[in-house]
Amino acid sequence: MKFSVIVDALPHLLGAAVTTIWISLLGVMLGQVIGVLVCVARQSGRRALDVAGGVYVSFFRGVPLLIQLLLIYYMLPLIGIDVPPLVAAIGALSLASGAYVSEIYRGSLNAVPHGQSEAALALGFSAPTIWKRILLPQAFRISVPALVNELILLLKASSLISVVGVAELTRTSQTISASNFRPLEIYLAAGVIYLAINSALALFGALVERRLAQG
Amino acid sequence: MDTNLLVQYGPALLRGFGVTILCWAAGCAIGMALGFVIMLLRQIEVKPLRWLLRAYIEVIRGTPFLIQLFLLYSGGPAIGLRLEATTAGILGLGIYGSAYFAEIFRAGFQAVPKGQVEAAHSLGMPYGGILRRVILPAMLVSTVPALVNMMAILTKETVVLSIITVPELMYEMQTMAAETFASFETILGMALFYWLLVEAVSRLGRRVEARVTRFLSHPSNARA
Repeated sequence: MKFSVIVDALPHLLGAAVTTIWISLLGVMLGQVIGVLVCVARQSGRRALDVAGGVYVSFFRGVPLLIQLLLIYYMLPLIGIDVPPLVAAIGALSLASGAYVSEIYRGSLNAVPHGQSEAALALGFSAPTIWKRILLPQAFRISVPALVNELILLLKASSLISVVGVAELTRTSQTISASNFRPLEIYLAAGVIYLAINSALALFGALVERRLAQG
Repeated sequence: MDTNLLVQYGPALLRGFGVTILCWAAGCAIGMALGFVIMLLRQIEVKPLRWLLRAYIEVIRGTPFLIQLFLLYSGGPAIGLRLEATTAGILGLGIYGSAYFAEIFRAGFQAVPKGQVEAAHSLGMPYGGILRRVILPAMLVSTVPALVNMMAILTKETVVLSIITVPELMYEMQTMAAETFASFETILGMALFYWLLVEAVSRLGRRVEARVTRFLSHPSNARA
């Protein structure tokens, strides 16, 4: 063990960690949008939408992320869209996250007492208003712990996008340890950085949860 | 799809699938055994030991599986731990799983009604007997859904082993894709195959769940 190796590599690793963070955040945000849309589609009562949403969720939760990533990476050029690996990676993370998020929302929506939307309906609220004012705000609050958990899972899963050559934390660790032949030190440092980010996220999640519980 | 390709690559794919199953089964077994021991050790009231086990679980759950694999496989030799890819893969899966299994077992352990343990104790049962005849059967029933879920997750994680060159199914399929230039078709086939595999594991798990909870009037009792 030589700590000087870690000190030398630290600026590069931290820079790469920033890439990991923003890619994961972007993935989770796009995943939120997809997740909400899929969830609403599945609750809409239209059979075709429900089935399509169900297949989407089953596929992206059942197929390993690494395969989804390669699938998107190889599929897009085939239909004439030539995208950089970064876009394919963010796309794969968002689609995977969307499937999990839609299930989180479904569970949270079920936890909102049914009588509330009935009462709103009886008061003459339109369906979009019921969604916007009654269901989604409460479902969001219920889903916060699960969403923070999802962000942590996605941050860990983002290590897989190193495979298509995106220079995030894992890829950068690989590159550095391939050039200085010190994989033990470099991967230990990378592990500590991941752990630090995830602990910070968990702490942040606990704070938000406490805050919302007061609200 | 060209049938010649299947003749040419069929044996390699089958062998790869065998390695996948081997890694998964051995990884699950090691993970559960280790997780169970960790759960038992966590019951001991010695502060440093508790901190150590807590740290172990937090570190494993807070870092990506891929980094753990790299540490074991590439970083290992620096401290004299030279492992073959498949061995490193199995061990990595086991260690990764152990942290999650330990938490599942802990929840199951806590869910056993205290009164039952106290009753057994007052009847003069030794602790080993209480563990084997009172705690374990109740735990088995209440933890099965979570265990099955974790095993399905580990099925998906086996593909990550291909990155450290474990010759499992994903690795063989990528070799095939590279050699035949039929990347998209191969990867699509792979996606469908794993979809079915994970679905099969989950279904099998639900049947096991139904079987071990069959004597309960309401299966939900098990989780109470």
